[in-house]
Parts: sequence; structure tokens; C-alpha cells
Amino acid sequence: MKIVVLVKHVPDAQFDRHLTGPGNTTDRDESILSELDEYALEAALQLSEARGGAKGGNEVIALSMGPAGAVNAVKKSLQIGASSGAHLSDDALAGSDAAATSLALAAAIRYLGADSPVDLVLTGMASTDGETSLVPAQLAERLGLPQVTFASSLDVDGDRITARRDGDAHADTVEATLPALVSVTDQINEPRYPNFKGIIAAKKKKITALTLADIGVDAAQVGAAGSLTAVETAEARPPRTAGTIITDEGDAGIKLVDFLAAQKLL
Amino acid sequence: MAKALVFIDNPGAALKKSSLELLTIARSLGEVAVAFNGELHDDVAAALGAHGASVLYRPSAADLDDYLVAPKAAYLAAAVAASGAGTVLLENTADGKEIAARLGVKLNAGVITDVVGVDADGTAHKSVLAGSYTTTAKARTAVAVLTVKPNSVDVESPAAASTPEAVTVEVPSDATANAARITGRAEKAASGRPELTEARIVVAGGRGVDGNFGPLGELADALGGALGASRAATDAGWIGHDYQVGQTGKTVSPQLYISAGISGAIQQKAGMQTSKVIVAINKDAESPIFEIADFGIIGDLFKVVPQATEEIKKRKG
Repeated sequence: MKIVVLVKHVPDAQFDRHLTGPGNTTDRDESILSELDEYALEAALQLSEARGGAKGGNEVIALSMGPAGAVNAVKKSLQIGASSGAHLSDDALAGSDAAATSLALAAAIRYLGADSPVDLVLTGMASTDGETSLVPAQLAERLGLPQVTFASSLDVDGDRITARRDGDAHADTVEATLPALVSVTDQINEPRYPNFKGIIAAKKKKITALTLADIGVDAAQVGAAGSLTAVETAEARPPRTAGTIITDEGDAGIKLVDFLAAQKLL
Repeated sequence: MAKALVFIDNPGAALKKSSLELLTIARSLGEVAVAFNGELHDDVAAALGAHGASVLYRPSAADLDDYLVAPKAAYLAAAVAASGAGTVLLENTADGKEIAARLGVKLNAGVITDVVGVDADGTAHKSVLAGSYTTTAKARTAVAVLTVKPNSVDVESPAAASTPEAVTVEVPSDATANAARITGRAEKAASGRPELTEARIVVAGGRGVDGNFGPLGELADALGGALGASRAATDAGWIGHDYQVGQTGKTVSPQLYISAGISGAIQQKAGMQTSKVIVAINKDAESPIFEIADFGIIGDLFKVVPQATEEIKKRKG
């Protein structure tokens, strides 16, 4: 099985995050592998291992699009266990919205599938920066693949995928045929950590550096120029300031209700 | 006149408030058309007319619900073409965003999600990076696709109701060919509480509830609110994952958010910091949640919460 896992280098949510520059794009210093992508990578590794891993002809390719630093998301994925990586980087990609991002990623996936077809594209349920959840569905549309999003379980039997999706009112069983695109939630598995052996092994693994020219995408189709939306203004929200803090002296529940009544919230 | 198309998936027996909000926004943009999927009750059709819809598009196929979003996007693209709409409005649900995503590719249209307001010129307002920025964004394309969060606008009715014309839209024959099929459905027990992302009041618990959400459920019910939880509580298995508020769960923006026994790690804050009023109850005075609370109580939630519930019941008589 040939699986491409999308991995994104995102600003660490442990720190304050910023928009910057004329296009109001995200500042990517202090970035890490998006936590939600670790579940997609784990799902890919489990599928590969269940089929005999590399010896069984399985391949897990970690693909990231982004500036130079984004290669770190690929490197981390190789340490965790991906068999190879690809890093799509080009100055023209800066400021791409979901439409431009999915266009470039679709071309990169076609490139990676040129010698042998990609069976499965796996992604996290959302990035932890943009959080639009648009890219998986747009990729599926562009690649003409069935999409199974928000999978909380995933089984592949031959070319048949079965997944579970948990909604608020019901849980659905969903079926599709490979090749397909699947996005997974954080309920699907427990991602593993890189171990020493993995870190050493990763140094020998190949990372393919891709540019727009390699994947046949024109610079005008991506970046701010090719984006179909533009962020016009961005204002930092004033930080919330702490209000009244009291220590319970036996009547805090009553005081809480007084506060709610004063705020007209009862 | 500019036209706006509202997509309503399975309107059900009565229009949801979030659908009425979409209709309100659509009217501010121009002439209103509605594309629905599923059954349309007569009184819902009348309500759509009362809220300004001049055309109701229905799909030629009845099996769109048997598949994940792809065929709905194909139908909606056909409805956009039939209507000549310049703006398409959808709910900001997981399905709504994905239909919008695919529609955007089909129509080469800009898609903006998590919208909380739309100006008459189509400028969309939203908040990003977990509520730490408010931005305005605009589609640069002939058609704009916007998914709008619930509780974004006050619902208004137009002065004059219309009797909408019904038009069937042909769903492309290949719409279901390569779509994932829903083969099984297990209904979950209804809680009787409002839906978490749409609720005006949310009462959420974390590690501090120590497995017992009972008192928080009673407070939520006394306030007519929804119950939420931190990841620590859902990971511990004390309450279903559906209840999780935060970066990997649901984002909520209610009038009132009561946080009980939640420390307020940044991932939790990410899911709730745009709430209008935040109340925090925690034993640990050092909890970061107190930095953003409008009203904080350092105390034992098992004492404070039941006392508050009793007091609310007493005052409401």
C-alpha cells in the first residue's frame, strides 16, 4: 500500500500566535508538527505494519508544504516511522488560502503517485492553525477521490475501506473504495513517540525537495496571487482581563447567582 | 439585484435558529433563494417564504443522505448555477464546511469559514487563531461561499412575506459515483439539552469533577444550558467525546460559559475564550482560567455548584 500522509508545521499553541506582514499570514517561528497530524501518521503506520511494513511493499510518505522550517514536520514524521518524506517549498506559496493550498498539494500527490499510484491520502481532522478543515475535502474534490472525513476508526480490507464517524446525534459506518482520502480524528488511536532507533534511522531516510516547477504548478495559481480569498484586516483581540475573584466562604454559590442575575443571564 | 443562496440540509419539522440567521444575512445581501435537501414540510416552506425566500430549490435525487458530502456539493453547485447567486451561505458545521470546500473547487469560488458577520458588500468577519485575532476577509471571486457560525446575528423577519416558487435542480448523474457511502447508522440517546455549539449557556467540567458530572448537569438544566467538558474529562472516559470543548473538540461562543474544575490550559481556552461572560470555579487559585474569568470562585465545585443550582431554582420559583 502506498500512503501519503499530510503533515503540517504549525505554530505551537502553547505560545501566543501571531498574524504578520501585508497578507496577514501566520507567523511560523516556534512551530511544531501539528498535533492532529500525528493521528493520521499513526493510522498510516498501523495500516502499513499490518501488511508487513516496507518488506510487504508498503510505503508511508510524509508530505508537507511550507517554508524551509516545514521540513521539520517531515523529519519528525520520519523519526516516528514514515518511510520517506517530501517537502513542497516555494516562495510563491506564501499566503496560500485553502483553495491554493489544496491545488498545490493535489499536484504534489499526483507527482508522488507518478511511478506507482497512491492508494490512500491520510490527513488530520484540521490543522491547529488555520482550523478551516477545508483542505481534505478540497483535495478529495481535486483528485476525484471519495472522501471519508472525521474517521474515528479505519479498516482497510483489500480495496474496501470501512470507517466510523461520530456525530452528535448518531454514529455512522461509512464505506468507500480505494484510492481514497481519509481524515482522522484524535479518537482513532494513540500516536507513538519517536524512539532512539527511529531517530537514528530517520537520518538515512530520503526527503524529496519539491518546487512548483517539479509539480507543474504555475506561481500565479498559488500564494496570495492564486488565493480565492484575501484577509483584508486583522486585529489582535484585546486580552481578556480577570474580573472579580472570590474565595468560597460557604456562600459562593449564592454570590454566583447574584452575579448571573446582575448580568441578566438567569 | 444581487442574489444570495442559502443551503439548508434536512430542514426537519421546523427551521432551526441557525437557518433563520442565514436567511437574515442573505436578505441583507440581496434577493434570497434557498436550496434544501430532504423532506420539506408545508409549514417549513411557508416559514422560508415568511423569511424572504423567493425560490426553493430541491434536488432531483432523494438519496443524497446516503453518502458523505460529495453529492450534496454537486447538487448545490447546480443550484448556484440555476440561481445566479453571488453568495452562498451554509451552516458552519463539519458537513457544511466540507460541502462549502468542494463547492469552492467546483465553482472556483473563495470559501470563508467560521464567519460571524457579513457586511452588505460581502466582507466577512471572523476570528482566527483560537479567538486571539478578529479578521475581515473577502472572496476575490464572482461567487463567495461563506459558512456562518450560530448566534452570529439577531433573527429578523422581512416586512412582507413571499410565496416561494419551487424549482427542481437536476443532481448530476455522476454525483454519487465516487462518493463514500453511509452503510450504517446508530442513533445516540438524546440528552434533551441544547446542542453544545449553539447553546446560549454552557456549563463545562474538567479534571476537577473527578468522574461525577451529575452536579454540572443539574446546573446546566437549571440554566437551560448545554453540558461541556475538557479533554482531560473526555480522555478519562467520564463523558463522551461529543462534549469536548477546546482546540481538538468543539469551539463554543455562548453568552455564558461556566468552567468548573478546569485549569484552563491554552487548548481549552482556545475553544471558549470568545464566550461573552466567563465564570470559573476551581480549588486551585493558580489556575490559568482565573486570568480570563469575569467572575472566579476559588472553592470546591461540589459545594459551590449544587448551592448555585438550588438558588437558581429558588429564584425561578
